[in-house]
Amino acid sequence: MIEVRWHGRGGQGAVTSVELLAVSAIAAGKFAQGFPSFGPERRGAPVAAFTRVADKKINVRSGIYEPDVVLVLDSSLIGLVNVTEGLKPDGKLIVNTPKSPEEIRTALDYRGTLALVDGTGIARKEMGVPIANTTMIGALLKVTGIMKLDAMKEAIEHRFGRIAQKNLNAMKRAYDEITIYN
Amino acid sequence: MGKRIGMEVAVAVAEAVGLCNIDMAAVYPITPQSHIAEHLSDLVANGQIDAEFVTVESEHSAMSAVIGASGAGARSYTATSSQGLMYMHELLPIASAMRLPITMAIANRAVSGPLNILNDHTDIMPQRDSGWISVFVENGQEAIDMSIMAFKIAEHKDVMLPVNVNIDGFQLTHMVEPFEMPSQEEVDAFLPPFVPHATLHPAKPVTMGAFAMSDYFTEIMKAKDEALLNSKKVILDVWDEWAKMFGRSYKPVETYKADDADVLMLTMGSMGETAQMAIDQLRGRGVKAGLVKLRLWRPFPHSEIKAVLKNVKKLIVTDRAISFGGPGGPVFSEIKSALYAEASRPLIYNYIFGLGGRDVAVGEFVGMVDKVLADTKNKAADTYEFWGVRE
Repeated sequence: MIEVRWHGRGGQGAVTSVELLAVSAIAAGKFAQGFPSFGPERRGAPVAAFTRVADKKINVRSGIYEPDVVLVLDSSLIGLVNVTEGLKPDGKLIVNTPKSPEEIRTALDYRGTLALVDGTGIARKEMGVPIANTTMIGALLKVTGIMKLDAMKEAIEHRFGRIAQKNLNAMKRAYDEITIYN
Repeated sequence: MGKRIGMEVAVAVAEAVGLCNIDMAAVYPITPQSHIAEHLSDLVANGQIDAEFVTVESEHSAMSAVIGASGAGARSYTATSSQGLMYMHELLPIASAMRLPITMAIANRAVSGPLNILNDHTDIMPQRDSGWISVFVENGQEAIDMSIMAFKIAEHKDVMLPVNVNIDGFQLTHMVEPFEMPSQEEVDAFLPPFVPHATLHPAKPVTMGAFAMSDYFTEIMKAKDEALLNSKKVILDVWDEWAKMFGRSYKPVETYKADDADVLMLTMGSMGETAQMAIDQLRGRGVKAGLVKLRLWRPFPHSEIKAVLKNVKKLIVTDRAISFGGPGGPVFSEIKSALYAEASRPLIYNYIFGLGGRDVAVGEFVGMVDKVLADTKNKAADTYEFWGVRE
């Protein structure tokens, strides 16, 4: 089972992403959970959302405290929220940022596996908006191998209709362009 | 055939109710139930189901509306949470006394104060004596299945009572997870049309909810009690029928690795699956622990509980509500009462936990079992403790 914690801000679509990811993983024959951090949410305030994906039925219903992967949708949260809290020693940290790995490592005092991509830059170019939630799904799939990129197509088309292709393009670019630093 | 899909559980519950040929729904939005109300109103507005969605200004009106509609012979549905359920409270015994087969989802949430929107069972417990059939579910599949079966149970001529399905708020309602959604054809084959015993109609006048003073009130209360007790047979029949048709079976009391257990833990609702993982961990290191899941809360399954707890030495009853100044948690006092006349009874430990959304991880269930097994002087038995409370 892979457990992923997403960090974003209210309105950036972290909850939408975990839902799309869970729905797609289930459609691909896997077992999955997607859920928000329970409670009130405000636009712009830090939020977390969670994904579990497994090959067998998932029984656990408590929160995720020791994720395998942390995905930071908004790098301005670094320093405000302890994004690496509980991350497993062999876990992976994915950050949406144009910054260098050295800058992120220093800011977080983090030495583990790091994967960086400028998701917001890609989203701007591909979709014309600085909303990187679907873009970063591509990054997550590359880093984790949870499922193939194609498996997201149906859920993205169902959710976004006319603008689905732009989302898929952005997702593909993040998948191709993310750099992993061990 | 049913289709395996991933969907948010609250939305799936609305979808499932949408398959049940309801005539009307009156649902007032309240977190964490709101997604049921929203999706059901979408289904009506989009013409996907042919039903009346009555937009009410409160839960009191929602329950009043479904009572009126059910009396008129409509298959009627509502859903609520927490303060909304408290606001419905005075109408709940009226619905059952009038023998109206209303069904209701309760997205369980803590009752104020202080204001809290997260999950526990403090909303349903004060409704215990309302004369409703009351069931609990532990995952999305069960929420769907029970929501559909509720209509068939409620409307059976030998039952004619309202049913509430308790679905833990957030932990279940806001979870995207996999399940099988029955097809319309399957639900149509399972659920016959609602044939009311009597309806409110100007051409054929009847009185419902009549006045009764001391000369009849006791008899009516006894009749209501008998109706609820007798409903169990129908509940079991309907669950059996479901198992035959869909392959998923349900029992009033379900167990996991309980047969040879020295210590049993009892849960209700969504905590059951997490507790099951704790049992696996304990078994892994040779501790004979098992789990009991109480699904049917009313009518209370006395005989099944007694049978399951017959040989165990220690029992942990978990409660997600408390009777303040009373004997502890409401489930605890019910279980104790059920076992009082038994010749051999387990020592019973009551842990009150998971209040107002406080998360309970696998390790904490393990900790409870370890603590109870370490209690060689049995000092903590027969009393209650707030698990994990900061003091």
